Amino acid sequence: MKTNQTANFIGEPINRVDGVLKVTGQARYAAEHTSTMPQTPLVGFLVASTSAVGEISHLDTSQAEKAEGVQAVITHKNAGPLKAFGKPDDEGRFTQSRAVLSDTHIRHYGMPVALVIAQTLEQARYAGSLVEFNIDAQPAQLLHKANQASDVPESLDGGFEPDVETGDKPSTYSDGFAVDVQYTTPSQISAAMEPHATIAHFDGEKLTVYPSVQIIASAVQALATTLEMDAENIHVKSPFIGGGFGSKLGLHYDAILACIGARYLKRPVKIALSRRHVFYNSPHRGHSFQHMQLSCDNQGKFQSIAHHSAMPKAKGYPFAEATGAGARVTYSAEYIKSTHRVKNADTPLIDSTRSPGDAIGSLAFESAVDELANKANIDPLTFRLNNMPKVHPVNGNRFTSHKLESCLRRGAEVFGWQRKSSAQPGKVIGHGVASAMRMNVLVESSAEVSMDEKGKITVLTDMTDIGTGTYTILAQIAADTFNTSVDNITVNLGDSQSPASSGSGGSFGASSTGSAVLKACEAVKSKLLSLLPKNYQNAQLAVTEQGVCVRQSHADSPQDTPLASLVDSSVFPIRELGAVSEDDTSDDEQYSCGAHFVEVEVDTLTAEVRLKRQYGMFSAGKILNEKTAKSQIKGGMVWGAGYALTEAIHHHTDSASFINPDFGEYHIAVNRDIAEVAVDFIDLPDFEASPVGAKGIGELGITGAGAAIANAIFDATGVRVRDFPITVDKVLEGLSKKAS
Amino acid sequence: MSTLKGPTLKGPTLKGPTASSQPKDGPSPTCMSINGVSYALPNDPRTTLLDFLHQNLALFGTKKGCDHGQCGACTVLVEGERINACLVFAFQLRGKAITTIEGIAKNDELNPLQSAFVKRDAFQCGYCTSGQICSSVALQKELADKTPSAVTFSENYSAREDISERMSGNLCRCGAYPNIVDAIEDVIALEPQ
Repeated sequence: MKTNQTANFIGEPINRVDGVLKVTGQARYAAEHTSTMPQTPLVGFLVASTSAVGEISHLDTSQAEKAEGVQAVITHKNAGPLKAFGKPDDEGRFTQSRAVLSDTHIRHYGMPVALVIAQTLEQARYAGSLVEFNIDAQPAQLLHKANQASDVPESLDGGFEPDVETGDKPSTYSDGFAVDVQYTTPSQISAAMEPHATIAHFDGEKLTVYPSVQIIASAVQALATTLEMDAENIHVKSPFIGGGFGSKLGLHYDAILACIGARYLKRPVKIALSRRHVFYNSPHRGHSFQHMQLSCDNQGKFQSIAHHSAMPKAKGYPFAEATGAGARVTYSAEYIKSTHRVKNADTPLIDSTRSPGDAIGSLAFESAVDELANKANIDPLTFRLNNMPKVHPVNGNRFTSHKLESCLRRGAEVFGWQRKSSAQPGKVIGHGVASAMRMNVLVESSAEVSMDEKGKITVLTDMTDIGTGTYTILAQIAADTFNTSVDNITVNLGDSQSPASSGSGGSFGASSTGSAVLKACEAVKSKLLSLLPKNYQNAQLAVTEQGVCVRQSHADSPQDTPLASLVDSSVFPIRELGAVSEDDTSDDEQYSCGAHFVEVEVDTLTAEVRLKRQYGMFSAGKILNEKTAKSQIKGGMVWGAGYALTEAIHHHTDSASFINPDFGEYHIAVNRDIAEVAVDFIDLPDFEASPVGAKGIGELGITGAGAAIANAIFDATGVRVRDFPITVDKVLEGLSKKAS
Repeated sequence: MSTLKGPTLKGPTLKGPTASSQPKDGPSPTCMSINGVSYALPNDPRTTLLDFLHQNLALFGTKKGCDHGQCGACTVLVEGERINACLVFAFQLRGKAITTIEGIAKNDELNPLQSAFVKRDAFQCGYCTSGQICSSVALQKELADKTPSAVTFSENYSAREDISERMSGNLCRCGAYPNIVDAIEDVIALEPQ
């Protein structure tokens, strides 16, 4: 029998397998699972605190309870058993209690004071306005200046040490060049397009929850802890997630409130946060002060890299980001020092926002590197290439693979580093470059793969697809193993009854769960081959229109023999588990690398900055699907544009609220802000990093992307703005100073 | 490459919500038509078109991203023109014909824009996609009608910039913008000029 060659392989740029569902509006997100409920869910609307810190001293829900359609008004008085927020202390932050409405204490502005549940959203929202409350407020503690951050964080995200110092501090800079500068980055928020939302339902003791969450297994545990329930009784499903970017790693108040409401009323309850509620009831990234003292010799070799980061940390919540990670690993230097200090602040939750540490660390560090190159009068690309590390600059460990230099060199060639477009009258053109280094980790993950007698393959894992393309790449990994089309593969994600996975986050999802799926596929294949006569032991399996075949290599062409003629059909379904752990990854240093190149045009009269081109060359091990990987990286680069030019949460310091908690005033990049964005990969597997050879890409695209824009603006105008984002007013001020 | 001519200054026609624009074969005065099916208007005057789709009809293809007309995720077509479904009360649409993402594909055949979005990977999480596609459908008509955009007043603008400008009311946090413009360009290129 001749072979059918329509197999989909790992890496191929195939369309998303869930693409049609998404373009036809059929993909179901959290708040949309109403028809699977035994009754139409009631709708909850939260009443939010107007103070940042204090105690609820007065609460009157009587008018709200009388309002049309209202089923219940829930407050700390009737919310039922809840473990206190943040307990137990020894749990990780995603499995600790996320309690809300558990006592009178208010920890931050916008925190729920009451939950109104009614038949419709209109009723609940109106009744919410009838809840009367008073809070005995105390002044909020916030971080205003760098020197107010004096606490050493207990841990940094990514497992980095808060402080490192290596080499001998140079005593004098007389022989070279130095910069001593402070950069600031503002508070930012993930702002996924799908606001956090949950539907919850109790059937007796059994709780079913549809939240929008990136990691399923820890969500189950967080609910069990918070609601003081047995985890066995909790079923969490999250098949489609409308973006996460870190803001949905753990569960938030929408999930807890929906469960509290469902428990109280014994009816399904749905809570979809309003956009403004999302700003206060989901995590954001704190603002940063980054002080850098960099020096190089007169040949442009780094002598000293010192990076000091000061940021707020949300009081009672253990998260601080490693802003200095890039300063520790990107370039070799005689002396490297990196320190992190935080101040406990009365703010909404501060937690992971896309590429914690590096997204804002690279904004500042890669800008300062450019300042030094400029001072030394060395081309910024050449300066970077002069300082490539052979081993990890701080600990001397080897990299499993390190392609930063190749990314910079090849990227510069494709981009045309030396070739600037000609400027229109009244405009100036600039080029900018920045390096990207993002730590790679493999996280414990598991998946089950089964095959039925017709060759239909099913992948089961509680892994999520937050837009990253997980459905597609897992189907490709299975299709690759079994020499078949992705059409033969069914991937079921986001269900807590499936084997526990890494979930999506920290750029570890594809490599960790992809490797688990690969191992499960190989186990199924081995099991099948072990059932065959000895002369078939080195054969391949192929699933074709004829069903499962055993494929043997012959001189001219492969020959397929139907499996049914070799084994009894009673062996099906074959079901195997695959799992990865830290044993499957190297102890050496693992990084994804990249180089960003940007061309901007700046209007010399209005100071308007327009992006012309963003280009990036990246190395992240094996690329599992070229199409979805490019999209994800491009998305990171678009975030970089927002971080460089427009995004900032503005704090109202008296009330500790946000001045601009909506899309009208928190400016993420829009279509017209972005011009040409192109990406290439150095596609080489790194099997030391993961069995599937892949490394992380989700955070790589944003790392360095904004700095390349900042550097291009400097190249165009000579204006260096150290206070992100680089808005028109700041560029204009710089242009005016230069002119005067 | 499509050739986009300068503005003819024919803006969108603004009609009052109660205008007697009821089509002859259209829905009755107390109804609106959604994807060709007639639905009675909701009783609650506070109900927006978006909440009507979700709460009353369980049509969830149209997404709520902000509820304030700031993100475009809820973009639908009313008589072929795009609007934010969160910014209009259901009762204002008496007698109007509305198309949502569920009505964009005809007889199980994807609209060319839907196919192009899949091919160009013009989305990731998919949450803004319904709105992006409804906007692009309306955009085609705007181009055909020579409705101006903010860039059509400048001397030199490309077709790509014009598409990008016209799609700027639809936010995408996954950052699929370049791929969205690619998808729309592909479809426009297929059309007879």
